[in-house]
Amino acid sequence: MASTSPRARMRALSSGRALFGRLPLTGKIGVLILLFWAITVVSVQFWPLVDPLMMAGRRLQPPSGAHWLGTDALGRDVFSRTLHGAAYTIPVAVMVVVFAVVIGSALGAIAGYFGGWFDAVIMRTADVTLSFPPILLAMTVAAALGPGLPNAGLAMIIVWWPIYARLMRAQVLEVRTREHVEAAIAGGAGRGRVLVVHILPLCWTPTLINATMDFGQVALLAASLSFIGLGAVPPSPEWGSMISEGASKFYSWWIAFGPGMAILSVVLATSFLGDGLRDIFDRRGPQ
Amino acid sequence: MTAAPLLEIRDLRAAFRGPSGFVEAVRGVDFTLNAGEVLGIVGESGSGKSVAMMALLQLLPAQARVSGSAKFKGRELIGMPQRQIRHILGREIGCIFQDPLSAFNPVLTIGAQIIEAIRLHDRKISKRAALAQTIDLLASVSIPEPERRAQQYPHEFSGGMRQRAMIAMALANNPSLLIADEPTTALDVTVQAQILDLLRRLAQERDIGMVLITHDLGVVASMARDISVMYSGRVVETGSADSVFYDTCHPYTRGLIAAMPSLESVGTLLTPIDGTPPSIFDRPQGCSFAPRCGYALPACHETDPELRQIGTTRAACLRAEEIAAGTVRPTAPLSESLPV
Amino acid sequence: MSLHNLTPPVLDVRNLSKVFPIGSNLLGTKPAQMLQAVSDVSFRVAQGETFGLVGESGCGKSTLGRCILRLIDPTQGEVLLAGTDITHLNAAEMRPLRQDLQIVFQDPMSSLHPGMTIRRILAEGLRLLKLDAQTEAARIAELISLVQLPADVADRYPHELSGGQRQRIGIARAISVNPKVIVLDEPVSALDVSIQAGLLNLLRSLQERLNIAYVFIAHDLSVVRYVSDRIGVMYLGRIVETGRASDLFDNPRHPYTQALLSAIPLADPRAERKRARTVLEGDLPSPLNPPSGCSFRTRCPRARPLCAAERPLLEDTAHAVACHFPDPAGTEATARATPSTLQTGEGA
Repeated sequence: MASTSPRARMRALSSGRALFGRLPLTGKIGVLILLFWAITVVSVQFWPLVDPLMMAGRRLQPPSGAHWLGTDALGRDVFSRTLHGAAYTIPVAVMVVVFAVVIGSALGAIAGYFGGWFDAVIMRTADVTLSFPPILLAMTVAAALGPGLPNAGLAMIIVWWPIYARLMRAQVLEVRTREHVEAAIAGGAGRGRVLVVHILPLCWTPTLINATMDFGQVALLAASLSFIGLGAVPPSPEWGSMISEGASKFYSWWIAFGPGMAILSVVLATSFLGDGLRDIFDRRGPQ
Repeated sequence: MTAAPLLEIRDLRAAFRGPSGFVEAVRGVDFTLNAGEVLGIVGESGSGKSVAMMALLQLLPAQARVSGSAKFKGRELIGMPQRQIRHILGREIGCIFQDPLSAFNPVLTIGAQIIEAIRLHDRKISKRAALAQTIDLLASVSIPEPERRAQQYPHEFSGGMRQRAMIAMALANNPSLLIADEPTTALDVTVQAQILDLLRRLAQERDIGMVLITHDLGVVASMARDISVMYSGRVVETGSADSVFYDTCHPYTRGLIAAMPSLESVGTLLTPIDGTPPSIFDRPQGCSFAPRCGYALPACHETDPELRQIGTTRAACLRAEEIAAGTVRPTAPLSESLPV
Repeated sequence: MSLHNLTPPVLDVRNLSKVFPIGSNLLGTKPAQMLQAVSDVSFRVAQGETFGLVGESGCGKSTLGRCILRLIDPTQGEVLLAGTDITHLNAAEMRPLRQDLQIVFQDPMSSLHPGMTIRRILAEGLRLLKLDAQTEAARIAELISLVQLPADVADRYPHELSGGQRQRIGIARAISVNPKVIVLDEPVSALDVSIQAGLLNLLRSLQERLNIAYVFIAHDLSVVRYVSDRIGVMYLGRIVETGRASDLFDNPRHPYTQALLSAIPLADPRAERKRARTVLEGDLPSPLNPPSGCSFRTRCPRARPLCAAERPLLEDTAHAVACHFPDPAGTEATARATPSTLQTGEGA
């Protein structure tokens, strides 16, 4: 009982360690993987790795003691490139998720709370956006804006915000009918205050869980865009473009193996963590 | 009079795994029910009244630990294999719950569900015969136009009608025992009156024994022959309806009666029971009602009294005799004058 | 005796109606159906008085309560608060008047913000008064003691309190701004009997001390009888009988009121056995498609052709009834089956 109460949920959030302790094992693994990548992103340039852009050895060498994940078609070290690749993909994914959450949630909350024509306009726009396959829409936008990671990021925000808008709107619609909201209105609170103080604090849980899970998907989409040449521009060691290079050298499997595993680990880690958070926060979840 | 009772429960206990070991939600409940009688079990939320019933029907989650004895027509239900008990449930024992909507499958018609209940326990009956029986059942619980109603889905029924349909389903196989857990709590008074009338009539006509679980003293007063009052997992007072209401000797029962606003209590102050019932995780030592009791002596905080015969009722209270004789008054009169 | 004839009413509800559009046609221009939740309801409440509104679920009593607070905008009619018509005020004009008009809800869990401490919840309510920090803290402490809770609840969260304690906080929030009127929407129906009694006593003592008018909405007639000075019985959105509590209970004139009274199970086995009851047939009709004429006629034992043809109007008397064939008013006809309740086991 107590573990699912809102107070407990608040408290859990405020204390990272307590939260970590209550995650299931898979969730803990997810946190550790993400932590590893986060450290990598901020510190990889200080690591004793070979330059990811330099020819470090002979071309297309399989994994060995010198090159743990082998070398690519230009003789660059795949292990070094994979680790450096995190600094491209992960910040983009973070930015995309943050902006999509902020923009989507704000629009969704306003739509849900105020309703009327604004609600209609926002939600129909969201419906239209969501009716395209995400990769196709992102490709269209990225192609229109031109290649490059920032443009790919923008394209992904456009693809992703409606998900959070819907989520937040549904949440607001549910919470706004609660009696404590009516009590706040009866107590003379204005519309803005009712929304910000009495509704929104009770709405963010599904968004948090979804955003965690989406993070991996966004990283995957970023890699996909790079794979088809609409994301990171060569020679930057972005995971998607590395896999793309590997795809043309089918028998040199190690070129795609490193970045492939990296993407896999991020997607898995975020799903694990998301599932774990759902167990803790979502009352409809098990227990 | 020597015939075996319909249901005989002795020292029924049910415990759940808590954060630190097992905690008992039901702590030794005894009662006996004969065919054609109505036993009312009264208690507030958390008193263990529903858990006790679910325990003997093995409806509690598998982790719960149930002990004691519950003999239904001489057969021991506690520890009976699941398959066997399922055979008895629905055929010889019917159940009615508080929320009839969740008791029905929303995507099947009411008729189909009752037919299934009939056929589940009588494989040889033809579909047509089962349908005819279903319509008879719906008619017997006063559902108008039973032929048409049988074709409808649960959401097309009003709350009262749904409760009737659930009663019809519970009666489908002519059970000899009916367990009704807060059957009218979700209903309006006028509909409640209809349902109680129906239950009273059915129990009489079909000679069904009924365990009626409720928090409403009015409902038991109008229905039950015998009453057991539960508090914190135990029966604290039991006896015939009249003796429990008129020769009340447990302070908790007295408190409940005094706390109820009646049509006559206008202009007087109600007497609430101070404090709240103890949590099952943190029961006080001794009598668990003692911390809220105006009659409590130091001894009450040490020993948990057993049920004893006091006049016409049995009560679990050290001071029951004095209270019954009216020779003591509550030492700490609760809210007799307005506080603050 | 009746206060409301002498002093001007602090709350005056006039011909209030609320219609909810249900569903809409394909273009969304016209609702498919209209649900008449509240129809032409009028009543007055004097200072320090309790007006009870009783009825079964779906009779519109909660909608009516929310219309009074302007949590829902009424379709027609007016609500006058101490003489001021508040029905046509906009949100900003309404805000200062909210101080005079408060509400307590049924579910004490969902009516308190789960992420706020009790102190913050009460402070939110006190924002209307714009107190300085010190006065505010003192006021919060005072409120908590007024509702007879220990001072340390201030720093707890709603889920750490019991249902009864939470409802006391709901009451503290309502009285915090010194309102003239509090609408109590089923304030005790979620609570156990032993807890309920304490709350009812508390409500009464607060009313005596603070001279607040209550609109007490409930489905439990014994509770309403206990707290109310006057009562309105609602059926399908309308008041069908209204009068002083004692008149209404001792001499109910409308067949629906009579059925309601006879349906209450009494905590008195002997009386129950002797009792003759009028059990109503059938269910409440759908408010989407109410019967013609008198809305109660489909379940009424006295219904005659006139009842289907013409809707009976609520009389304009102290003990008024909306029925073509009511029992006569007056105090002689008290020989009704309201059996005496037991003497609390004091050796009866």
